[in-house]
Amino acid sequence: MDFLIPSTFAEALAIKAERPEVVPIAGGTDVMVELNFDHRRPTALLDLTRIAELTEWAPSENLLRVGAGVPYVRIIDELGDRLPGLAMASRTVGSPQIRNRGTVGGNLGAASPAGDTHPVLLACDAQVEVASVRGTRMIPAAEFYLGVKRNALEPDELIAAVHLAPAAAPQQFSKVGTRNAMVIAVCSFAVALHPEQGRVGAAVGSAAPTPRRALAAEEFLAGELSDAGLWESPKPLLDSVRRRFGELAAEAASPIDDVRGTAAYRRHALAVLARRTLGWAWQDYCGTGETRSQSCA
Amino acid sequence: MPDNSETPKQQHKRRTVLKAGGAAAIAGIAAAHSVTEASAATQAQDAALAADTEASAVPIVLTVNGQARQLRVEPRVTLLDALRERLDLTGTKKGCDRGECGACTVLVDGRRIKSCLTLAVMRQDCAITTVEGLAKGDDLHPVQAAFIRHDAFQCGGCTSGQIMSAVAVIDEGHTGSTDEIREWMSGNICRCAAYPNIVAAVQDAAKEKRP
Repeated sequence: MDFLIPSTFAEALAIKAERPEVVPIAGGTDVMVELNFDHRRPTALLDLTRIAELTEWAPSENLLRVGAGVPYVRIIDELGDRLPGLAMASRTVGSPQIRNRGTVGGNLGAASPAGDTHPVLLACDAQVEVASVRGTRMIPAAEFYLGVKRNALEPDELIAAVHLAPAAAPQQFSKVGTRNAMVIAVCSFAVALHPEQGRVGAAVGSAAPTPRRALAAEEFLAGELSDAGLWESPKPLLDSVRRRFGELAAEAASPIDDVRGTAAYRRHALAVLARRTLGWAWQDYCGTGETRSQSCA
Repeated sequence: MPDNSETPKQQHKRRTVLKAGGAAAIAGIAAAHSVTEASAATQAQDAALAADTEASAVPIVLTVNGQARQLRVEPRVTLLDALRERLDLTGTKKGCDRGECGACTVLVDGRRIKSCLTLAVMRQDCAITTVEGLAKGDDLHPVQAAFIRHDAFQCGGCTSGQIMSAVAVIDEGHTGSTDEIREWMSGNICRCAAYPNIVAAVQDAAKEKRP
C-alpha cells in the first residue's frame, strides 16, 4: 500500500485525478476501522492532514465556509454560536478523542446513513464544495447522498468544504443511542428555523438508506406557522401541531430492523425526537429558551 | 518486532500463508488441539508478515516522550502497533482496535487521540506522549499518584488509557463536577466498572498542578 502525503490541495487533486482509486484519509476515525479489520485493502491512502487550507474556516459572502478537515472539536469551540445545529451534532460524535480527529468532510466522504452531521446539513441547506483538477462545484446537501455509503462525488473529486449560513434562528439536533458516548445513532433528527424564508428545515438520520429531508413535515409546519402569523408574533405551539410534525417526520423515514434497533422503534423514536426538538427550537424562538431544561416534551 | 527476514519462510506471500494458517487451524480443531501445528502456522504468518513489511516499509521518525525514535514501518501500521511492537512501549494498550474503548489513548501535540485510529506515518513531526512519558523518574505524575490513592482500577487493562485521558481532561478544564468528568471521560471504557474511583482520582488530581 502506498501512502501519499500531498502538502497542498492542488497536489492532492492531481493525485486523485491520476489515481482515482486512492482512499482519502483525514481524521481516520472511519477509514482506520476498515483497515484494522481488513474490510478494505486500498492500494494507496491519500493523507489530507498536511493540507493547511482544508483545516480553515472563514466567512464566504454571507455564508460560512468550513474546510473539510476542520475537526469536530473546533466546530464546537469556534463555531458553536454561529452554527449551533452543526455544533450540537458534533458534540454527539464518538468521544472527546474522536472529536479531536474526526471531521465533517469525513462524515460526508463516508456518507453513512448514520453519520451524525448529515441531518443538520440537510436541515440547514448546506452546500458541499467538491473539487477536482477539472474545477470546483457546489452540491446541495439534499443531492449529495445517493445511497448507503454512496455520495455524489466523481472518482477524481475530493471534498473541499461545506458552506452553511450562520444561524438566524434556533436549530436543534437530537439522537437516540444506547449510551451517551461512542454510539452509532439508532436514529437522529435535526430541525432548523428559517424565519426569513418563512420555512423550517427538517431531516432524519439513520432511518433510511440515506439521510433525508422530511419534506411533508417541513411543508406542514411552514403552513401552520404562516397561517397563524406565528413568525411575526410567536406563541407556544399547539400540542396537536407538534405531534403532527412528529408523525410526518417519522413518515419520511424508511427504516429497517438491524442490530441497533427495529424499524418500528425507529419510527416511534423519530416522532418523539421531531416533536421535542421542534418544541425546544420554538421555545427558543419565543424567547423562553432558558426553561428548556425543566420542560418535558 | 524481531526481524525474521533471514528465515526461509520469507518467500511466502501473506495471502497463501494465511490460507495455510486457516487450514492448519481447522485441522488443529479436528485433531483436538494440535498446538504445534497451529503455532507453526502462526510463526509462518509472522515471518511472512515481517517479509511483507520489510518490502514496503518506509523510514519514519516519531517523537515519543521527548525522544526522536527512528523506525521502519509499513504504511498500514497504526501508531498503536508502532508504539507497542516496534518501540516496545507496551504501556499503551490495545483493547478493541476500532476506537471504541479508549485503552490506546495517547496525547499528540497535547490533544488526546486514539492511537489505533491513526497511522504511524501520519504522526511524524508530532509530539507524542504515552503513559511511559508521564512520570519523572520515580516521581509519578499527579494523575498516576491519584489513581493509586483512589484504587482507580481493578484489572488495569484500561488504566493507561484512562490516565492519558484524565491528563487531557484536566488540561482541557473539564473537571468542574463529577458529571462533567464523567461526560468528558466517556471515551474510555472500564470493564471492571471502577468508574466511581476513576472519577474521584481525576477530581483529586485536578486539584494539583504539576510543577
